[in-house]
Amino acid sequence: MEIIVLLKQVPDTAALIQIDGDNVSIKTEDVKWVINPYDELAVEEALRIKEKHGGKVTILTAGPESAANNIRTALAMGADEGILICDPALAQADPQLTAKALTAALKGLQHDLIIAGSRAVDDDSSYVPTAVAGYLDIALLSMVVRQSISDGKIQCEQTVQDGALVVEAGLPALITTQRGLNEPRYPSLPNIMKAKKKPLTVKNLADIGLSAENFGPGSLKTKIVSLTYPPKRNSNKVVVEGGSAGEKAVRLLALLREKSVVG
Amino acid sequence: MSKYVLVFAGYAPSGFKKSTFEAISEGRRLADRLNASLTAVTAGHGVRNIAGGLAEYGADRIIVCDHPELAEFDQSRYTSILEDIVKQNSPGIILFGPSSYDKSVAACLAARLDAGIASECVGFELDGDRLLATRPMYGGKLLAGVTLEGAAQIACIRSNVFPVATAPRTAEVVTIDPQIKESRIRIVEKKLKNSDRVDLTEADIVVAGGRGVGGPDFGLLERLADLLGGAVGASRTAVDEGWRPYADQVGQTGKVVSPKLYLACGISGAMQHLAGMSSSECIVAVNKDPDAPIFNYADFCVVEDLFKMLPALINEVRLLTY
Repeated sequence: MEIIVLLKQVPDTAALIQIDGDNVSIKTEDVKWVINPYDELAVEEALRIKEKHGGKVTILTAGPESAANNIRTALAMGADEGILICDPALAQADPQLTAKALTAALKGLQHDLIIAGSRAVDDDSSYVPTAVAGYLDIALLSMVVRQSISDGKIQCEQTVQDGALVVEAGLPALITTQRGLNEPRYPSLPNIMKAKKKPLTVKNLADIGLSAENFGPGSLKTKIVSLTYPPKRNSNKVVVEGGSAGEKAVRLLALLREKSVVG
Repeated sequence: MSKYVLVFAGYAPSGFKKSTFEAISEGRRLADRLNASLTAVTAGHGVRNIAGGLAEYGADRIIVCDHPELAEFDQSRYTSILEDIVKQNSPGIILFGPSSYDKSVAACLAARLDAGIASECVGFELDGDRLLATRPMYGGKLLAGVTLEGAAQIACIRSNVFPVATAPRTAEVVTIDPQIKESRIRIVEKKLKNSDRVDLTEADIVVAGGRGVGGPDFGLLERLADLLGGAVGASRTAVDEGWRPYADQVGQTGKVVSPKLYLACGISGAMQHLAGMSSSECIVAVNKDPDAPIFNYADFCVVEDLFKMLPALINEVRLLTY
């Protein structure tokens, strides 16, 4: 089975996010980059499928040079090969351009199954997997918490608003991951060493048949025009005092009623 | 061809959700500012019986797409309905609700129209015909102002942010007969819950528990939530320990909620949890540990054992209601 994992690097949760001078991007110098948590689930599931059915796991990323480090982490988890689409024209890419770049790369790769995270925790977007599945004209099964493959079909349990659905589609298909799918493995030291020798190819837009002039800032469909810090909360924080839990409860409820938070 | 705002009234097998009315109310507000009309689209099976209700919130026109094959949600089929409407007569702005169904149709439509999309929006402004959407990024650490290009400006609202406002009128109801295409996806089994409790992402009040609860017995939190008409949430720890289901998780890899009141019990307040609840209107933290990071974010800080505080609070709330 040829399995492709779409991987994105995102700032670590604990990272200090600061607005850069242009007011439309963040400072990246001191940011620790990690694999998008939902994409980690994707890597892990791909490895489990490979362990069960045989085949190859390829990590595909569209991102800056630093993303190579996160691809290496995925290789250390057990993936076989990495491809990084890196191009100056993609530096400020929106999800629309990212989806197009990934699609072009995927069209040049055999793919029986594509696995992606259901969303990216930095921009909270779930657009990319949806668009890629649409462009490739394959089934999209999102928010998957369990999957099984047999006879060229994949059956998945999806989390939906009111519970879960078990659905089935023929391969090739694209599935997106949801919490509960698995617990990603930690790369072992021997595997970290092995990963250094695994192929990681860097391609630019021309290498995947695309023209950079269709990808610059002028081609953005989703434009960030400003970034601001949210109003600081908690500047009027109140410590609810009381000699006992009972007293604190009385006081808290009075405070909440004052604020009309509770009726 | 006159200007109009389109709102997708969502997949609503058990009636429209509050968040749909929020989207329509906001659509009405934008349409008024644009001197445009508001069209709501509802698709499903049996929706013709409830479609008229959308006029209450300001829809001038209601497009009804009622078909047995639409009883089950199918991203591609639902998107095709909207795509056909948009291709006939393009609205300047298309708004969606916050549910996973809404977002999935919105993203699919944006891809087919090669248009930009902004989801989890907490505010909208207009500059002429151009929409400026405000949405959180980086787990709520920043707010982004976003503009959209393409055949339509597509946005999904965040739950519990936009007020529901009635703007009743007589609406034109249009019934369309959709061409239902073969789906790639076959539904094998449905495991749907019929919960009486309000959905976590729509709740005005969330009572959430973390490591401090110490085990799967969330009875005190459930009792308090029931009394307050709220929902029960959980931190990642509580979910990882197997005490609560993934669906209850609030956080970066769980649900993002923005209730009027978030009561965090025995939750330390890790960044990834904050990402899920930082836009709550009022945060109350109950924790034995005075140094818990959550006290840096809470509006009301209660340093107390939750097993003492919750019964006391339940008592006080009961006194209120009797």
